[in-house]
Parts: sequence; C-alpha cells; structure tokens
Amino acid sequence: MGVLNWTRRGVLAAGTALALSMGMQAEAQTPPGVLIVGQIAEPKALDPAAVTAVNDFRILMNVYDGLVRYKSGTLEVEPALATDWEISEDGTEYTFTLREGVSFHDGAPFNAQAVVFNFERMLNEDHPYHDTGPFPLAFFFSAVETVEAVDDLTVKFTLNAPYAPFLSNLAYPTGLIVSPAAVEQYGADFGRNPSGTGPFTFAEWRSNEAVVVEANPDYWDGAPGLQAVVFRPITDANTRTAEMLAGGIDMMVEVPPVALSEFQGDAFQIFEQSGPHVWFLILNAKEGPFADKRVRQAANYAINKSALVDDVLEGTAEVAAGPTPPAFAWAYNEDLEPYPYDPDKAKELIAEAGAEGAELTFYVTEGGSGMLDPIAMGTAIQADLNAVGFDTRIETYEWNTFLGEVNPGLEGKADMAEMAWMTNDPDTLPFLALRTDAWPDKGGFNSGYYSNPEVDTLLEEARVATDQDKRAELYKEMQTIVQEDAPWVFVANWKQNAVTSDRVEGFELQPSFFLLLDDVVKN
Amino acid sequence: MGSYILKRLVSAIPVLLGITVIVFAIMALIPGDPATAILGSYATPENVEKLNRDLGLDKPAVQRYFIWLSNMVQGDFGRSFSLNRPVLDEVLDRFGATLVLAGTSFVLCSLIGVAAGVVSAARQYGFADKAITFVVLLGISIPSFFLGMMMILIFAVQLRWFPASGMWPIYGDRNLLVLLDHLLMPALALAVVATGVVARLSRSAMLEVLRQDYIRTARAKGVPERGVIWRHALRAAMVSIIPVLGIQAGFVLSGAVYIEMVFQWPGVGRMLVDAILKRDILLVQGGVVFVAACYVLFNIVVDVAQSLLDPRIKT
Repeated sequence: MGVLNWTRRGVLAAGTALALSMGMQAEAQTPPGVLIVGQIAEPKALDPAAVTAVNDFRILMNVYDGLVRYKSGTLEVEPALATDWEISEDGTEYTFTLREGVSFHDGAPFNAQAVVFNFERMLNEDHPYHDTGPFPLAFFFSAVETVEAVDDLTVKFTLNAPYAPFLSNLAYPTGLIVSPAAVEQYGADFGRNPSGTGPFTFAEWRSNEAVVVEANPDYWDGAPGLQAVVFRPITDANTRTAEMLAGGIDMMVEVPPVALSEFQGDAFQIFEQSGPHVWFLILNAKEGPFADKRVRQAANYAINKSALVDDVLEGTAEVAAGPTPPAFAWAYNEDLEPYPYDPDKAKELIAEAGAEGAELTFYVTEGGSGMLDPIAMGTAIQADLNAVGFDTRIETYEWNTFLGEVNPGLEGKADMAEMAWMTNDPDTLPFLALRTDAWPDKGGFNSGYYSNPEVDTLLEEARVATDQDKRAELYKEMQTIVQEDAPWVFVANWKQNAVTSDRVEGFELQPSFFLLLDDVVKN
Repeated sequence: MGSYILKRLVSAIPVLLGITVIVFAIMALIPGDPATAILGSYATPENVEKLNRDLGLDKPAVQRYFIWLSNMVQGDFGRSFSLNRPVLDEVLDRFGATLVLAGTSFVLCSLIGVAAGVVSAARQYGFADKAITFVVLLGISIPSFFLGMMMILIFAVQLRWFPASGMWPIYGDRNLLVLLDHLLMPALALAVVATGVVARLSRSAMLEVLRQDYIRTARAKGVPERGVIWRHALRAAMVSIIPVLGIQAGFVLSGAVYIEMVFQWPGVGRMLVDAILKRDILLVQGGVVFVAACYVLFNIVVDVAQSLLDPRIKT
C-alpha cells in the first residue's frame, strides 16, 4: 500500500537522522584550562562606568582593576593599581601612589593621566568622552571635586567634604580603570571593545552566546591559572541547572534553592558565602498601626524568620539581626541578637498598643535583584502576621512597577513592603534609607518615614570620620538603636551560592558578591 | 495578479501603523520606566530624572512617538540601551535564529501534520486513524514549554543525547550537523501543538474531498488508490489546508517565545522577553514591529498562494 510504504520510509529517514545527530556525542567535554561560567543574563556592556548589574560586574572584575580592591574574603580595601595612599587630616584629600610598569591590554601605559581621564569622563559633563555614558552610578563619586595628576604616578582626589566610604567606592566596579586609548578609539562602542589592566584580556563577544576572555600572561599580580573564561548567558534558572547537570558549563552562580539538592555528590562542589545583603520589610512609621513602635516590634516578634530561611529559602540565607549585614565584619555589632519568634509577646504588644485586628496592606514583588523568593516569603509572612491578629492583605507587583510604588514612599498606600539591598559599605544603606533627610521627598529611600535624630547624628558622624575604629563604634551604636526602634522587620541575610564541577579548583566566593577567577584552575 | 498583490501590500500599511501605535502605547502605559530598571535600588527621583534626560525620555509621549516613527521609516530603529547597540542590528541578528527554529518547526508541522491527516482520512476509523487521532490529541494537550523542559530533563540531563540549550556549541566547528543537534529538541517541542492542529484539519479536509463524486469517478476509472489520495484528493484539499498552515506559521512564530526561553535559543522571542523586563522600550518596539511586519508579509504570501491554487478566489 502506497500510503503505508511512504510512512515506513519516513519513519526510517527520521530515525536515521536522529541516530546521526545523536552520534555527534552532544555532551562535548569542555576543554581543560577553559572555564565556562553560566551567567544569569547577557551583559549590557563591558564598560564598568556604564553598568549597574552584578551580572556584568562578574565579568568586569576579571578584566579590569581599580585603584584599590577588597582583600580576599573581606570587605576591607587593599592596594591594587595604587600601591599606597595618604588621606589629609581633614579627610578631603586622597593622594594615591600608582603601581609602576602596568600596561592596559591595548598596550597603553597605566598612569596618573589615565586615572584622571576615567573620573573626568564619568563626572565632568564637558569632558569630550562624557557622551560615552550615561553613567548611572556616577553619584558614588559625587563628593569628588577635582582629580589631578600630580606627577606620572601620583594622583590626587579633592572631595567637597569628608566622605569615609570613598575608598570602598573606589573598590566597587564603578571605580574600575579603563584604557583611555580604547575609549578614544571606540567611543560609544567601548562597552563592546573593553580594555583594562586585569588578569584576563577581552577576546570576543558573541551576542547572546558568550563573552570570551583570555589569560593576560603579563598580569602585574601573577598570570592567572586558566587559559580562558567563557561567560554564557542562560537566563532561565531551570535551563541553567540542566546545563550544569548535563556538563555544558563548569560553574553556575545563583543556584535556585530548590535545585541545590541536585548537586549533592562527588561530581559537583557547592559554595556558599554570606554577603553584604539584607532582606527586610519596610514598615510605614508615619501612619497606621506601625506608627506605634510597639506594633513594629510586635511584627518583628510575630514573624518566624528561622522558618523563612530554613524552609522557604532552604538554608540559602541566615536570620538578620539588624540593619547591617554581618559581612561588614568591622562595622557589625556582634552583640545584637535577632528578634526571637515569640507570637505571645507580639500579641501582648499589639494589645498594649490597641492595634488588635488592624488591617495591613503589604506590598510584595514578584522578583527582582536580591529579592530571593519574594512571593513565597510574602505569603509566609502574611500567615505569621494574621496568626497574631493582624488582617494582612497582599498586593503583588512586578519588580520595576514595585520600585515605582515603593521608592516614592508608602504614605497613603501601604503599611509595609518587601525590600532588599546589596551594598559595598556599611554607610550606604542606612544613610540612604534610615535618615530623616532620606525621606522620599528629599530624594532618599526612607520609604517608611523612620526618623530618629540620634541615628541621623550617628550616621552623619560616621560618614565623615576617617578613622575606621571610630566609624565602627558609631555604626554599632546606630544598629542597637535601630533594632530597638524597629523601623523594619529584619528578616534575612542572603548567602550567595555557586556550583562548580569537580574539575574546578581554587575557587572561592567573595563577600562582595564579585566573581574573581584569577586563582582558579580547571583540570 | 500583480494588482492583487499591490492591493494587499497597500492594505498592510494601516495594519502596520496600527501596530506601531499599539506597541508604543503599551510600552508608554506599563508602569516602571527604563531608568528605574537600570538603577534598581538606586532609583531616587533625582537619579531617575537625570537618566531619563540622558536617554531622551523626558519629552512628551506623542512627540516621542513621531520621532520614533519618522526615524523608523528612514530605517533607524534607534539604539537599545540594555544592550548598547543599534536595535536593527540586534533584531536582524536574532531574527535569523528565530527563523531557523520557527522555520524548521513549520516545515515539520506541515509535513508531519498533512501526512498524518491524509493517512488518517484514508484509513478512517481504522487502526492508523485511531492511533494518529490519539497521538494528535496528546500533542495538542501538552503545553510546549512543559514538553521542552521534559525533553531537556530526559534527553539532555539523563541520557545526554542532545545539548541542553543554545544554538551553537561554545567550542568547535559550526556546521549543519552541529546545528541540527541543537535544533532537534526545540524544533520538535515547538512543532508538536501545531502538528496536531494541522493533522486534525487536514483529516477533515481530506474526508470532505474523498466524499466527492470525482473521487469516486477516479476510483471507478481504475486510478490507483495512491494516486487518488495524493494526486487528486490532496491537491483539492490543499485549498482548505493552506490557510490553516498560514495561521500555524503565526502560531509557531509566537510559540517560539516560550521555546526560546526554555532552550535559551538566541532568537527574537527571548530578546523581547529580556527587553520587556528591562523596559528597553526601543528594543521592544522595534522587535515587535519587525516581527509583525514579517507576519503580515507572510499572510500576504499565503493569500496569494491560495488564490493561485484556487481560481475561484477573486484576484
């Protein structure tokens, strides 16, 4: 019968094609010496001054150096392209001595003029290459008034006021130094033709497939252990997990908590590192039930944070005690204990304040940078709050919309909102989100209108103190007061995670959340 | 015929203009702006305002629409700020990948679907018909993204027969065989639902034709069954099958969005999803207009093909 004959032939042909392509051995062992990293997205650009995403930073930190960097395993700065620096008595002049004999990947020498070019490009609107921006995080250096090249290897920054986080901001990716010659050559396309001084040299960017960097054998801090690194954007977390299991990538970052169990066993290594992250609930201290401190404290008692981090987040976070994450070891107040889970105490406080049965509007987001598992966490929190007598109503928004609702302030709209921050200095978050002068109408992120003059003073003093011990003392005192005042519900500090195959050695996660690969080896 | 094609092309212009208005309005109306997306936690009103000015988004919406439209008519789709490159370059790069995927799926669903429908009709109520109807129903019922994930789990992670994602290997040669290796799973996952639809409608179209007098006449004249079905009946049935294929082409093109996400295929669908999340207005607008224009063009081709096949359709 003709029809059936045809069908048989078709099946045969399809089967042959299938067998042929299977014979290709799809698994394709990745070559030794070349590390393939599963990234969460395509980078925007490889211009450190122009980007804001951790995803982009993971590549940039391997291609560029800053004047200073974070000491491995800490958030304290150490010399990098600058070997030494002096800070004037009043804290407004920083003079850096630069490392000698360093060249950019394009061959141009690294010197004081290059440093001046970098900061002028970002900060001076009249600079001929300012139009290679926009530079969204330039305000990290808004305190900088002038940058001068004193001589070939000395550069001086003058600030308009003392600003203690300055050094830490220089270690942030926004402070990485790019090659002026490359910016002049490529202009707005510099972000696709990057050139720095780092351990890896940019080789190739295939849109939506890979960014390839190769070892810089002349790296001033010793040649890296890998020949090359390939950064592959795999936006879907499930696909990233599948690709890791299938052997298509050697390392993946931001493993979903539910997928971690897939990587138990000898073929994989799991890494965890807590970082400068805090996940909290902003409480509206201006109006409604949370205007009363007792009700804010009650919320802190009512929410079972251990259950959140252990069950919802599967152990990928730790319970937060206060507004400052423990990763800022030098500025963290070790004496703070998290609010215990104590629903009875919460009920007592609510009764005292006469807020029984109060209706709460709770803003929850669907996702977003550092937000972990916001919907599941939001519903668990809602259940805990309702268990002590609140009547909590959740409103869910997509991340960008959510920020548009929360950042202008909660007044008239909501009683509480989820939020998370990752910062590089203990100053940043409290200064931007807890001061009276940081209320939304003054351009800050204090969306819950918390105000305590004591905290304001402590934060302002800490910002201008150049002595680190003095700063630490001020921050610790601030944490004690803020914990007692409870403007937020302090929920969790995220532990960043990563998985590598057993062929990868010498890898460590950093508290800064940067991905540093110069000491990594792949067999 | 020439004037018919011209008429169809002219009538496409208002459709395309309507699309530009709709996509622009949607991007203008959804909450959240690019500056907030770029700045994230650091989006203070002051920073947002400055960045919006740098991005040229501080002008009134109507003015921005006409600037965008007039630039686009001149072939300038603007610059994507989330990817920092011209929108048109990106769209063309990505559209090629989508065409490979959606095109393969379309060919698969047309060939398999029509063949299955014909076999089904020729063996009405026989075993082959029942088996095909069952498989087709199964195929229509499984969402393609779910099927894709299951395929990855079984054939990439467990059996390691195929790569889990991507279009090309990170290392090694780029040839047709390597491409097929990466293409097979996503193309199949994308084709399944469309194949089911095509098969069902081909079956009924064929049954309709097989009942006609001229088929009986052909059989009576001793034309072999194979010739009756493939030459006489199928050709007549194609008139009703082709519009279905046209609709399926659109279905496959839009379904590519999910499949590209699941398989990380570097196509225009994944590009649009990323662009929407990042509020990359120009990239979303340019991408949607481009895909819509291709779809409109494809529909015209289908209509013309149909009018060639069926002289009763007035040209």
